[in-house]
Amino acid sequence: MKASAFSYARATSVANAIELLVTHGDGAKVLSGGQSLMPAMNLRLISPELIIDIGDIAELRGIAVTGDVVRIGALTRHVDLLNSPEIAARLPLLTEAIAHVAHPAIRNRGTIGGSLAHSDPAAELPACMVALKATIIVRGPTGERRIAAEDFFTGIYETALSADELLIAVELPIARYNSAHFFCEFARRHGDYGIVGLAAQAVVEGDILTDLRLAFFAVGDRPVLAKAATKLLNVAVTPAVLSEASKALGEELDPQGDQQASVSMRRHLAKVLLARCVAALLGRPELGSGESL
Amino acid sequence: MTTALPISLQVNGERIDAQVLPRLNLADFLREHLKLTGTHVGCEHGVCGACTVRVNGDIVRSCLMLAAQTHGVIIETIEGLSDSGEIADLQAAFRDRNALQCGFCTPGMLVAAQDLLLHDATPDRERIREHLSGNYCRCTGYQAIVDAVESTAHARMGSTP
Repeated sequence: MKASAFSYARATSVANAIELLVTHGDGAKVLSGGQSLMPAMNLRLISPELIIDIGDIAELRGIAVTGDVVRIGALTRHVDLLNSPEIAARLPLLTEAIAHVAHPAIRNRGTIGGSLAHSDPAAELPACMVALKATIIVRGPTGERRIAAEDFFTGIYETALSADELLIAVELPIARYNSAHFFCEFARRHGDYGIVGLAAQAVVEGDILTDLRLAFFAVGDRPVLAKAATKLLNVAVTPAVLSEASKALGEELDPQGDQQASVSMRRHLAKVLLARCVAALLGRPELGSGESL
Repeated sequence: MTTALPISLQVNGERIDAQVLPRLNLADFLREHLKLTGTHVGCEHGVCGACTVRVNGDIVRSCLMLAAQTHGVIIETIEGLSDSGEIADLQAAFRDRNALQCGFCTPGMLVAAQDLLLHDATPDRERIREHLSGNYCRCTGYQAIVDAVESTAHARMGSTP
């Protein structure tokens, strides 16, 4: 289908975009790459009165490294993240995850800010933000707010953003010592939305996990930071320990069933990912064999 | 503000000035205003890849871009890539390998395949499949398309598969 009629404004600056948001409120939608918004409009799932195109705001673009923090502007495209040596060196989880975001033609337009503001529970980037302890920076008429990624995603297509606020950038702390990561998702085809996925960031000292953030996606209404991870911290991980964590994960997750996968299939696949993740992080392939399920 | 907006862009080397309504997407602009009907409209929500074109050198879905967003950009459609001879060998390989039947997906496939070959001169079959994973073909089963892209890559490197 075609999008219904709307008005169009090309924002000249962040201040200008916020002014437009203040004036038009819920009737306005911000357009960055358009790779989620345009399908929704073409399918007439949403029919905004005004589209505020922020594509020309240069200050929202780019990757900057300052000390122990990487700042990524909202308009930075997926392809820019994928090809960035700064990201590959400092946040390899993100580089790995981006390759699973849709297809090349989509990654050439889609932006990190757009993906996060859209908050699709099956999307990769929101889960990565939670795993990487990102701070989401938003600006509105009264100034800037810094929101922890864990608090930013509030439901299916819902975030802590107010109608008059614009997502400006994300800031990610760089993990320095003994950091390790894992990313995997099950999808029908490469690039499709994941049926179940896991983005994990860890600290591994010798053969012990001293920190582990497991952000599952497509198993709830938002990225789920699994509490079951605590069962794997500061202990020698045996098959029994992993099995215990796996059981806790199954009890903790409350996934939805749909045409892609039933509730029990999603729960099972999440446990498979947990086992593979721990096996990969600790370099112990025997743990990923499926015994813990 | 639902009134027409002025845009000025380059399409296949030609300067275009036009007035477009905000709701008009790039695919419809190319097809209906410029009569460049090689860009096909399939799903209209970014899934099928039939509308793939190049914008400033990057492949994009023209159904997911507003014509109003193309002010100042350079667009190349299948007509441009075909007329310039840039993909003549790829097109010949598609014919030789029976990599098309109804032809609906072919323009998008060619644009996406050429994009891969520009970025990776020696892709293996898995890489070809991955790069074309955003383009649907409902006739060929993809095997012949992968064959055609692979043989073009080999031919461009001066070797036979």
